[in-house]
Amino acid sequence: MLAYYLRLAVISIRSNAAMSALMVCAVALGIGTCMTFVTVHYIMAKDPIPRKSDVLHAVQLDAWGSIEPANDDGTPPAQLTYMDAVALMDAKPAFRQAAMTGTVFVVEPDGNGRPFSATGRAAGADFFAMFEVPFQYGQSWDARADADLDQVAVLSQPLNERLFGGENSVGRSVSLGGNRFRVVGVLDAWQPIPKFYDVNTGPFNAPADIFVPFSLMAALELPRNGSTNCWKPREAGHAGFLASECVWIQFWAELRNDAEKRAYRTFLDNYAKEQKALGRFERPLNNRLLDVNAWLDYRRVVDDNAKMMLAVGAMFLAVCLLNTIGLLLAKFLGKAPEIGLRRALGASKRTLFAQYLVESAGIGVCGGVGGIVLTWFGLRGVEALLGDLVTNLVALDAPMVTLGVVLAIASSMAAGLYPTWRACNVEPAAQLKTQ
Amino acid sequence: MLEMTNVSKVYRTDVVETHALREISVGVADGEFVAVVGPSGSGKTTFLNIAGLLETFDRGSYALDGENVANLNDNARSRLRNEKIGFVFQGFNLIPDLDIFDNVDVPLRYRGFKAKERKRRIERVLEVVGLGGRMTHLPAQLSGGQQQRAAIARALAGEPRFLLADEPTGNLDSATAAGVMDLLDEIHGNGATIVMVTHDRGLAARAERIVHLADGRVAATAGG
Repeated sequence: MLAYYLRLAVISIRSNAAMSALMVCAVALGIGTCMTFVTVHYIMAKDPIPRKSDVLHAVQLDAWGSIEPANDDGTPPAQLTYMDAVALMDAKPAFRQAAMTGTVFVVEPDGNGRPFSATGRAAGADFFAMFEVPFQYGQSWDARADADLDQVAVLSQPLNERLFGGENSVGRSVSLGGNRFRVVGVLDAWQPIPKFYDVNTGPFNAPADIFVPFSLMAALELPRNGSTNCWKPREAGHAGFLASECVWIQFWAELRNDAEKRAYRTFLDNYAKEQKALGRFERPLNNRLLDVNAWLDYRRVVDDNAKMMLAVGAMFLAVCLLNTIGLLLAKFLGKAPEIGLRRALGASKRTLFAQYLVESAGIGVCGGVGGIVLTWFGLRGVEALLGDLVTNLVALDAPMVTLGVVLAIASSMAAGLYPTWRACNVEPAAQLKTQ
Repeated sequence: MLEMTNVSKVYRTDVVETHALREISVGVADGEFVAVVGPSGSGKTTFLNIAGLLETFDRGSYALDGENVANLNDNARSRLRNEKIGFVFQGFNLIPDLDIFDNVDVPLRYRGFKAKERKRRIERVLEVVGLGGRMTHLPAQLSGGQQQRAAIARALAGEPRFLLADEPTGNLDSATAAGVMDLLDEIHGNGATIVMVTHDRGLAARAERIVHLADGRVAATAGG
């Protein structure tokens, strides 16, 4: 009977095209608005590295002063001091660990090319393996390069395209801020969303163009690009800054199981106690290890505005569905004579309920397709409104398209329940008499 | 075929009670052609609706083809209507968006026949009523007489044992009406049980028996 109901739905929708179009528009508008915000929220909130999100941990040490906590909620600073980051890197207690920070380079192309600036990231060698960074050419540097202060670099795919026309540039050199760096690797397309490992430099921005060993931050006095917070004055000069209590380094550890996590936590506590003994870490023991999703939640990557927009989108969909209910009610009650006739010819209430619910679902399918188109335009609108901040957010993937259509069908069927129930309860005798 | 005993029906609103049927007892034998006549408001249509299981009654009993219908649920009543009763209405009651083939197809769909069987039955009954060449026409493309013939074809397609006709010629001119009555006669001649409500005594005279209703009661029975 489903094929029959579908055929009747198509005939019914076509025979009352104007009213059907109104309903489809109402559903499409509601779905389009709702799905625009759902998509933005979904991309903001999704797990950026699902295979490893539970083993990668952001490390927090409370190196803050005693006068007041680093954060109003009592949580430790989100970043580490250079001293602590180096100490943790030297100890290497985790399976993998990486200190990292944002930097910036002036790239000086060989030949007559004009210099330009590019974003950079100084990171420990484990960065690439920890975060499963794909390589197009070459590979990452190793721990020895970190220790030996080798001037090596990994380039992003776009930068390699710009500098070397996309060719394999491994072994070639590039001038960055007056220093020559040897290219050891070129990344394949890679853009974790959100950029969980450093949300300070924009959780939805593209990854850096150039990656260099973390040890070069000190050795080459590379500039910082990111947030820096200090609780007490620091000495002048680069060395003074490195020795300060300023926090500016992100630190991640890969802990493969609970045992490794417990051991690492003990290590952190012991480290903090050692520092207390040396006169640092004035606050009570307050170290934290957060996995990727807990970290994104803690850093409020999905901000309250996005959540509010999501609620507004849902409410708008509800309003559109209320309109659809009204239109369906008018349409189905207008079919009362036909319903009465079908009852007389042997249709049970249950049969008619199914028939008209299929028609509601048909309107939902049309509205869903329209809604997906409107969602695409809505996302372009969000992009135009908010610019670069959301450039990487506004993509409709297959799960979202599916969700949109399913939501439209479910919404339309829900909207059709009451009109269908009313229609199926018309008195057939009265309708047949009035024809 | 049909056995109503002391059936009463009262329509109630907040302010008024209308006694549409008052303990009427009517029996229709298998293969009989009965006309129900009476003035407006006499209860003819209510009788027909109850007989066709389109309405329930308040008191009395009603057996259709030996089955007591009083306590049947909606599904069972729908199934009984579909399998045993064919309706012919004064206003034809064809679905305007469906062509004649699909209109005749409606009761067969609810019966659950396979497509091949439905097609066979539809083509046969449309040939019987003289509309074999009009299957793809919409109702609006047919004359009144042709529409009523299509409605009769729809009523016959499921091969019901019991045909209920409510003023089947009420919307037709006399020549067309005569043609429709000839068709009903032919159907009756083939063994169908027919109950026809009409206020046209000339048409009623073509039935084997006439039941006169007045004020919700059986006032007289003639013939048979």
